[in-house]
Amino acid sequence: MTVYFIQAFIYLIAAVIAVPLAKRLGLGSVLGYLIAGVVIGPITGIVGHETLTIQHFAEFGVVMMLFLVGLELQPQMLWNMRNRLIGLGGLQVVVTSLLIGAVALLFNQPLTVAFAIGLTFSLSSTAIVLQTFNEKGLTKTEGGQNAFSVLLMQDIAVIPMLAFIPMLALPELVTAAESAQAAAEHHEQLSLVAGLPTWAYALAIIASIATVVVGGHYLSRPLFRYVANSGLREIFVATALLIVIGIAALMSLVGLSPALGTFLAGVVLANSEFRHELESNIEPFKGLLLGLFFITVGAGINFTILTDNFGLIIALTLGVMLIKALVLWGLAIIFKIKNSDRWLFALSLAQAGEFGFVLLSFTVQNHVIPVGVANTLQLVVALSMFLTPALFIIFDKVILPRYQDANNDQPFDEIDDTGKVIIAGVGRFGQIVNRLLVANGVSTVVMDLNATQIDNLRKVNIKTYFGDATRPELLHTAGIEEAAILVVAIDDRENAKAIVHYVKQTYPHVKVLARAFDKGHNYELKHAGADFIVNETYHSALKLGAKTLTSLGFHPFLVEQKKNMFFQTEEQASESLYKQWKFGSEGKQYDHDYRKLFIQMEEAIKVAMQTDRMDNHNSEERGWTPPPKGYEANFDD
Amino acid sequence: MNKNKILLLFAHPSPHRSEVNLPLFNYAKSLDYVTAVDLYAEYPTYNIDIDKEQSRLNQHDVIIFQFPFYWYSSPSILKEWQDLVLEYGYAYGSKGTALHGKKFICAISAGGKEQAYHADGFNHFTVRELLQPFEQTANLTGMHYLPPFALFSSRSASLTNKLGSHLEQWQQLLELLNTGNLNITSVNNLITINQHLSTTINSSSVEE
Repeated sequence: MTVYFIQAFIYLIAAVIAVPLAKRLGLGSVLGYLIAGVVIGPITGIVGHETLTIQHFAEFGVVMMLFLVGLELQPQMLWNMRNRLIGLGGLQVVVTSLLIGAVALLFNQPLTVAFAIGLTFSLSSTAIVLQTFNEKGLTKTEGGQNAFSVLLMQDIAVIPMLAFIPMLALPELVTAAESAQAAAEHHEQLSLVAGLPTWAYALAIIASIATVVVGGHYLSRPLFRYVANSGLREIFVATALLIVIGIAALMSLVGLSPALGTFLAGVVLANSEFRHELESNIEPFKGLLLGLFFITVGAGINFTILTDNFGLIIALTLGVMLIKALVLWGLAIIFKIKNSDRWLFALSLAQAGEFGFVLLSFTVQNHVIPVGVANTLQLVVALSMFLTPALFIIFDKVILPRYQDANNDQPFDEIDDTGKVIIAGVGRFGQIVNRLLVANGVSTVVMDLNATQIDNLRKVNIKTYFGDATRPELLHTAGIEEAAILVVAIDDRENAKAIVHYVKQTYPHVKVLARAFDKGHNYELKHAGADFIVNETYHSALKLGAKTLTSLGFHPFLVEQKKNMFFQTEEQASESLYKQWKFGSEGKQYDHDYRKLFIQMEEAIKVAMQTDRMDNHNSEERGWTPPPKGYEANFDD
Repeated sequence: MNKNKILLLFAHPSPHRSEVNLPLFNYAKSLDYVTAVDLYAEYPTYNIDIDKEQSRLNQHDVIIFQFPFYWYSSPSILKEWQDLVLEYGYAYGSKGTALHGKKFICAISAGGKEQAYHADGFNHFTVRELLQPFEQTANLTGMHYLPPFALFSSRSASLTNKLGSHLEQWQQLLELLNTGNLNITSVNNLITINQHLSTTINSSSVEE
């Protein structure tokens, strides 16, 4: 037990020190983990052989990552992106694989090895690139968008690659491994399909995939609702983990890739109302496990190989990056990505990625690439990732300034991205807000805590997600960073205040519009930083009051003017009431002065309604009052 | 020398469909000597703030009404604005002298061809004649009325390069109004002020 504690402590402290440091230096978290691994592994030698065991465990982070990738891929969105995905992304993977494979052939590698190497290096680092885009605000640029579709295509391509690579196994490596295994240990892998005839094996595979798809579609919802209604957060986390681990287990049992299974499950659940909640629950596990994975990769780096073949490895790294950049540059020309966006596209994706590590360890396990070659290539992957921040710096400092002057002369772009609106709480209030927005083509993300309510809304085709909007990580998965506006319409007064306060503190650029229950709550929300607040009953009450007046025989147009005047006077008085409230809120909230002000406001409204102005015009109908009788005599000339 | 400050009151009920007026308005907005007001944006429910509008008028030397020509007049909010803001005792009447001496001009875009706005054309009257209620309003309130700045065939302006030259003339006009270098007597009797502006361009190109 003690040993595990000490090991866990070493890994955690390395991550805690190295990752924030790397981020501060602009290197990104992936590099931080790698560096942490290098420090505790090859440099200081604190950790030893157990890294390999831990690495296998940590590979589960990759499985979770693919589940999350799947969750992000709504079938509709995939379909809309199909041209860029298949054209741009597909060509990138194919052309890069072939070119790098050809180079590997020149190095006298066997055809199968060369091919596996090509596949490995065709991938780029989703983790580093997306993270950097986010940090530098490049996500919405044309270069950023295109890079994203290529990364997405690569993530998808990993799955067939994982299925395909075992077929490339080198016979001599397999026999060597088999004899070694037979001699050393004789443990049978747990499998449902061992010894089955081919047709039964095929049936088992189809059945298990069907289980994932059908079960994900039909069984997950009742299950989640059942768990959500219990109101226990940790059980929801447990359910999310249960699904991912269960699918991974099922897939391993029938001899399929667990990553493939969870990816499928992710896609199936992408339209589920529980998507954001699932995402925010799995995300920390994924992050930690992937981090652990990168640490073990760093720890496993063999420094003697690096020092022995220093020139070769540097040359290989630069060669790989050059080839990848050139391919991307060519594709950018074909797909008409211009100017600085072309540079961004080519430079940002020139590195090899974390999936490279996964594929390399996978190829070694499957006896495709000899261990020695894989160790060298691992260094190339790591080095190319180390160099990525440098490329981004070049883009920022050298390339962007060259295009900025030219860009300023062009007419402004049409802004078609109106930004996303997040609506927290879709009860009787939030629902109407959402309907108005959606009817006008505004994309909204809607969250509510009431599973039954969500169910009802889903039945009438309103996209709704289960989730507690007071949890920062859920706001994060709902996309608060890119949102333009947050509408707070939840029923809990205190939580509404807390959300407004948190979002205005953390994301000052997001506008917060909030529903208040009454004047006191209105001021509290204003104090918390809300940009616009409306009292839930105010306007409907005014409307009913106006209707009462017209029913009494007042002229409807006159009533409209009186209503407006009432509203305006109250708005103005409300300002000074707020100041008084703020002053008083330090101590008692409704103190004497506040009450006095409230009475003054009522007086002011009465005055506005009834008192004639000095020009004998009723204030609210000033404009239509005719000039005094006989005034036309003055115009005789 | 104190330059003239311009108040531009823009009335377009569907600016998202505007191809001519919006570019003109946006250009004007970028000038520091122009106060550009989008009336429909400021008063979406026609709830015009009379005090605010009157104090705006007081602070400027040139008043421009900018609008698409609807039924030989302005969109309704400008009429509402006149009905409410140009009060007795403020804009007219024995004590109503607040607007005296200011310059007033309409900037319009008309769908019909220029030839249609003619005694023997399809619309029978010139735009100057059709805008006579505005001219007389200016007279009554003691403002100096200038012939309208007009763009004809406005629906096809963005297809031809007419919009570009119109925008150029707009820039000229605003600058002339600002500096006060406009020769009032020479433009007084024109149908549109554009005629004066185009001659400026032609004469300068002749000199070259």
